[in-house]
Amino acid sequence: MADAESKRRLILLALLLLALLSLAVAVAVGSVAVSPTQLLAVLGGGGEPLHHDLILTLRGPRAMAAFATGGLLALAGALMQILLRNPLADPYVLGVSGGAAVAALLALLCGAGITLVSGSAFAGALLSTLLVFGLAHGVGGWTPTRLLLTGVVVAAGWGAMVTFMLALSPARQLPGMLYWLMGDLSYAGSPWPAWLVLVPALLLTLPLGGSLNVLARGPLQAAALGVAVRPLQWLLYGLASLLTAMAVTTAGSVGFVGLVVPHMLRLLLGNDQRLILPASVLAGGSLLTLADTVARTALAPEQLPVGVITALLGVPSFLYLLYRSR
Amino acid sequence: MATLTAQQLVMDVPGRPAGRPLDLTIEPGQRWGILGPNGAGKTTLLHTLAGLRSPRAGQVLLDGRALPALSHRRLARQRAVVFQERQDSFPATVMETALIGRHPYLSPWQWEGREDHRRALAALEALGLTPLRDRLVSTLSGGERQRVALATALTQAPSLWLVDEPTNHLDLHHQVAVMALLAEQADRGAAVVMCLHDLNLAARWCDHLLLLYPDGELCFGPAADMLVPSALEALYGQRLAVGQVDGAPVFVPTGGLPANKE
Repeated sequence: MADAESKRRLILLALLLLALLSLAVAVAVGSVAVSPTQLLAVLGGGGEPLHHDLILTLRGPRAMAAFATGGLLALAGALMQILLRNPLADPYVLGVSGGAAVAALLALLCGAGITLVSGSAFAGALLSTLLVFGLAHGVGGWTPTRLLLTGVVVAAGWGAMVTFMLALSPARQLPGMLYWLMGDLSYAGSPWPAWLVLVPALLLTLPLGGSLNVLARGPLQAAALGVAVRPLQWLLYGLASLLTAMAVTTAGSVGFVGLVVPHMLRLLLGNDQRLILPASVLAGGSLLTLADTVARTALAPEQLPVGVITALLGVPSFLYLLYRSR
Repeated sequence: MATLTAQQLVMDVPGRPAGRPLDLTIEPGQRWGILGPNGAGKTTLLHTLAGLRSPRAGQVLLDGRALPALSHRRLARQRAVVFQERQDSFPATVMETALIGRHPYLSPWQWEGREDHRRALAALEALGLTPLRDRLVSTLSGGERQRVALATALTQAPSLWLVDEPTNHLDLHHQVAVMALLAEQADRGAAVVMCLHDLNLAARWCDHLLLLYPDGELCFGPAADMLVPSALEALYGQRLAVGQVDGAPVFVPTGGLPANKE
């Protein structure tokens, strides 16, 4: 099966190139354009001081944050879809992002530091997942409609709580806080915490791909084929919450990346998680990096929140999926 | 080769009294049929024997070792389970579905190799699915899906088969083909246990039978000893007429309640 293996390598290589290209575009495009040669000069340690600052302190970190957030969300979405055996599962749609945002915002309003805010977001994501899964898990398992309805209602509840907290905050802080509702990378801090979660999480899930393929066929079938179902389900649950929480603390509630990216990849590449998981990270990162570049430049000098762009892409995809799943 | 033993086994059916504990040994090469009316707990018993469901009391052993003591992978290399109900939430082709049976043999970093593909193709061929290999399972009929499930189990190459209603949704020709395939597996030394609702398939293809009554009572033994019309009439609450075809008894339901209920 050497053909299949080289084909897989080729796909991942192409996605890796796409990822690098999206990052290059993100740092090159803007009010001051940077040409490829100038970009290479800066990366080589030289270049003009203006380009140097622009790339290494302004656009670079933001592009890296966008990429990591996209990767985190796409991986979280792909894992949740396997866990729930539902291609419509997504951290934003099911209210997990909302739970993380509320918890993070609460910690922030209480004056907590960045570590506590991140921990609080993780707790909020876990709680929200547990709430949605628990309420939607009726007799005889999860039905897609029940799960989605529960998720959407819980997400609306979290949205209201975020708005409530924002309404109580001092008006001059508001612009900087709206991104909890609609993801925005203008306020992203250092991208490295997100990368520190993304890379180990991907390395952890890679060897699980085969077991996830079996789990997608249902827990009984998976158990019959030698998968330790319960521990794996708990791991997925914890991991998806952690990835979502990290994405939310980096860029707020960016929607639909976890839905659109794994779905497109499954259409193109089939449903083998050993390929879909790394591909989701690369494609999700690229998508959000490019989406943020569009958000930053489309109406320049105005900056749109990137969540607007992902929602414009995501809502039609979601409706199409829902329509097709009847 | 695999020997399955139930020791003082009481399966856990919610809301039902314990019933008599089961002490049973299933040897390599034997073909066991589990018979009983709807709701008697055939599937629950099968899942308990498979180690997928904890018993209320007692234990199940494979080659003398209790199932929970075996690693999941090791157990899955020896016993396959074919379920009555299947879920396909994500699109998958027939070939991909058959290949899933190789999961217990693959290390976490490994992809299916030439040998795995060969086995899956052979299993598809054995079940007459070769022309459908690239079709999506969700587009198949019930009987075709049933054969895909059996092909997945065949790809798993087990020495113990636990099959819930192997002939579900199958037309007559495929019923015979599937039962012949399971009999061939037994001839090669596998132990085969199947839940059946068709008394005549059991009489024709099983050498041992276990009768499961709705109150949790049960009896078992060689098929010839168990195929007693009065016992079967009591099992189903249905009067039966008996004939002979090709040396095997054939049971036909007739009007009225069994003699002991009149």
